[in-house]
Amino acid sequence: MLRLPSFTYLEPRTLKRAIQMKTNAGPDAMYVAGGTDLYPNMKRRHQEPRTVISLTGIKALRKRPTDRRTDGHTDGRFVLTAGLTLTEIAGHRRIRRDYRAVARGAELISTPLLRNMGTLGGNLCLDTRCNYYNQTYEWRKAIDFCMKKDGAICWVAPSSPRCWAVQSSDLAPVMVALDAQFLLVGPKGERVVPAGRFYHNDGIDYLTKHADEILTEVRLPRPNGWDATYWKLRRRGSFDFPVLGVAVWVRWDGTEIAEARIVLGAVASHPQLVPSAAEVIIGSKLDEEAVLAAANAAFKPSKPMDNTDFGLAWRKEMTRTYVKGALAELRARRR
Amino acid sequence: MKPGSLMAPEKAHLTLDVNGERIEVMFARHKTLLEVLREDLRLTGTKHGCELGECGTCAVLVDGQPVLSCLVLGLACAGKSIRTVEGMADAELHPLQRAFADLGAAQCGYCTPGFLLTAEALLKQNPKPTCREIEEALSGNLCRCTGYLKIYEAVELAAAWMRGEQAEPRDEVLYGRR
Repeated sequence: MLRLPSFTYLEPRTLKRAIQMKTNAGPDAMYVAGGTDLYPNMKRRHQEPRTVISLTGIKALRKRPTDRRTDGHTDGRFVLTAGLTLTEIAGHRRIRRDYRAVARGAELISTPLLRNMGTLGGNLCLDTRCNYYNQTYEWRKAIDFCMKKDGAICWVAPSSPRCWAVQSSDLAPVMVALDAQFLLVGPKGERVVPAGRFYHNDGIDYLTKHADEILTEVRLPRPNGWDATYWKLRRRGSFDFPVLGVAVWVRWDGTEIAEARIVLGAVASHPQLVPSAAEVIIGSKLDEEAVLAAANAAFKPSKPMDNTDFGLAWRKEMTRTYVKGALAELRARRR
Repeated sequence: MKPGSLMAPEKAHLTLDVNGERIEVMFARHKTLLEVLREDLRLTGTKHGCELGECGTCAVLVDGQPVLSCLVLGLACAGKSIRTVEGMADAELHPLQRAFADLGAAQCGYCTPGFLLTAEALLKQNPKPTCREIEEALSGNLCRCTGYLKIYEAVELAAAWMRGEQAEPRDEVLYGRR
């Protein structure tokens, strides 16, 4: 059996207490929410915290989605607390209506069972993944460990000084495309970070969040005249992590695109914005020609590595197909 | 001897609500619910599969929701109601169990407890699911024998029974197409 190593398990009731516990326990402690990412990683000895601090008992992380209010006024942003489960996100009526890319991203994650456990915050902080990393301890030992855990080499690109593990969250590219804001709470107080600046293009150091900070809420922009979608490529219709994710956000001005963001998931260690692809559709009516130009522009910088399911040439080629599909969906919805 | 070096890890002592029964149990604090159920409570109806959240074999209901018992700590289940396959039948088999048996929806049977509980949670929420909804609800449970069709048909039949309908399996479900 694959067993968890022994560790100290703490269940704080408040954010303040959780942060205090993390400060006291030091770098050997980790936060856990749904446990669907951390516990498998602990079983395979990828992550080996001596202390695990559960966030599930903290009520402030499980509030109902609501409009953000400061001094009694709403700024139009819609707040999702990070402890909501993916099932709750995917099934929430207002998210399905106003933020369908978020609901879509959430409902495409893994399986219904896992979505009952996994949380929004957990998915956004998901560990990067790699065929050479997400293996048991014995497997990794047999070929000698990689640099992401216990070793010095990257088995995907042996001459590389960096780790190429893949950003595999479905909601991360969506949040970057929507330009959502993340609220982080740590020992030094609160700070708000745009989703695009929450991630690093490095397989090991993939978050700009400090280890003792907690992602507490996600603030989505006011739904006023923009539209977005998310397309996910994987082998099976369930279970699998994305081998390509395409999140597209556009703002319409009449019949033309005024602003756009196109983000690729699972082709780098961070959700990859492709401004060159967004530029070519701005000012267009998303006609066939513009869509094709954007697909070609996204294809160029899409550089998957050979460390997930499927061949990398095909995954790169599918970037074109999926960007085309996502843009065509947005065009069809506008008509 | 260094303290703790050869001693058993510190144990948790708590009362769990399993299948409506409050049971006192002691277990190592880092054990998953799956391990507690199988090893400490001897409820081996819950099966262990991949133990990484990739197969659904270990599914149980926690507060009515299907979850993967291999990724839940036993400690995190204090105060929650846990339902395993052992709690499904009372004097008679649960309609889902009867339908699975009648229609051959269980072959090797290893995945069956997970399917039964996940289906039970679905039917509680949605007594008349479409085949598509059944497929979606069960999409986190792997079965390597049946090809799933028999399972979906069994859930449909059990749903009809649970709605009080006098449903019979269709001939082609039992005998195949003629």
